[in-house]
Amino acid sequence: MTVVRFGDRPFYRNPWVEFERMQEEMERLARGLAGGLGLERPTVYPPVNISEDADHVYVEAEVPGLAPTDLEIALEGDTLTIKGERRPTESGGQVSYHRREVEYGRFSRAIDLPVRVDANGVTAKCTDGVLTVVLPKAASARPRQITVAG
Amino acid sequence: MGELRVQRKQEARTAGERTKGGRQFVPAVEIYETPEAVVVRADLPGVPRENVKVSLEDGVLTIDAAMPDQPADGRRMLVQEFERGHYLRRFTISEAIDQGRISARMTNGVLTLELPKQAPAKPRCIEVQCG
Repeated sequence: MTVVRFGDRPFYRNPWVEFERMQEEMERLARGLAGGLGLERPTVYPPVNISEDADHVYVEAEVPGLAPTDLEIALEGDTLTIKGERRPTESGGQVSYHRREVEYGRFSRAIDLPVRVDANGVTAKCTDGVLTVVLPKAASARPRQITVAG
Repeated sequence: MGELRVQRKQEARTAGERTKGGRQFVPAVEIYETPEAVVVRADLPGVPRENVKVSLEDGVLTIDAAMPDQPADGRRMLVQEFERGHYLRRFTISEAIDQGRISARMTNGVLTLELPKQAPAKPRCIEVQCG
């Protein structure tokens, strides 16, 4: 007689776990082919990096050539909008160009934030051509420590 | 003026290996010439002024900008569309440049270099005397 004790098998076993792992791996590979090291392809200017810790969400954007006054940042619900215009610098009269790789113009980008944020505590700064917006998470979105009553 | 488009960063191809970690990109530049000077502008977002090194040697202008290391702050990356990295670019300048008067400044992540041209050498007349 085979005796199966309770401790021998896990309580619940996801039968798809191996498929899910394979799918994740395939997605990771596809991303790798598309843009190098897991980098996402930005479609709208400016390219952004979004990161989070327990209490904040950080949005960073590379906007070289823009002074803080050229930027307009708005938060509506969970949507952060970054607007601005890069204006060409005055070069004066007689000028002949050898290379023009830098582009000028307007941009506007709306970013859907992954969590609810507290609109009152949002700060933004622009240093060395990188914009950093720090958004505190709303109280409901923060991880809460729950003490176990003894 | 139209909408700004996203330019993907190109990795710099350098001769020889580097000892410093991190990737190295080619900054987008703008080069123009006025009657008095050659002006070079390069986008170096994220690099503080003190980390930018510019040199002109044997007519080769080198812009080398080192991105400071980011301290580990326990943040989790959710979306990454750009990479932080160093910047490197070299140009050969054909004009004679007055090396003593080169000026460089950084504003909002853009380096502006002014390379004043050397005053053209005056032709020297040599009188031939009969003797």
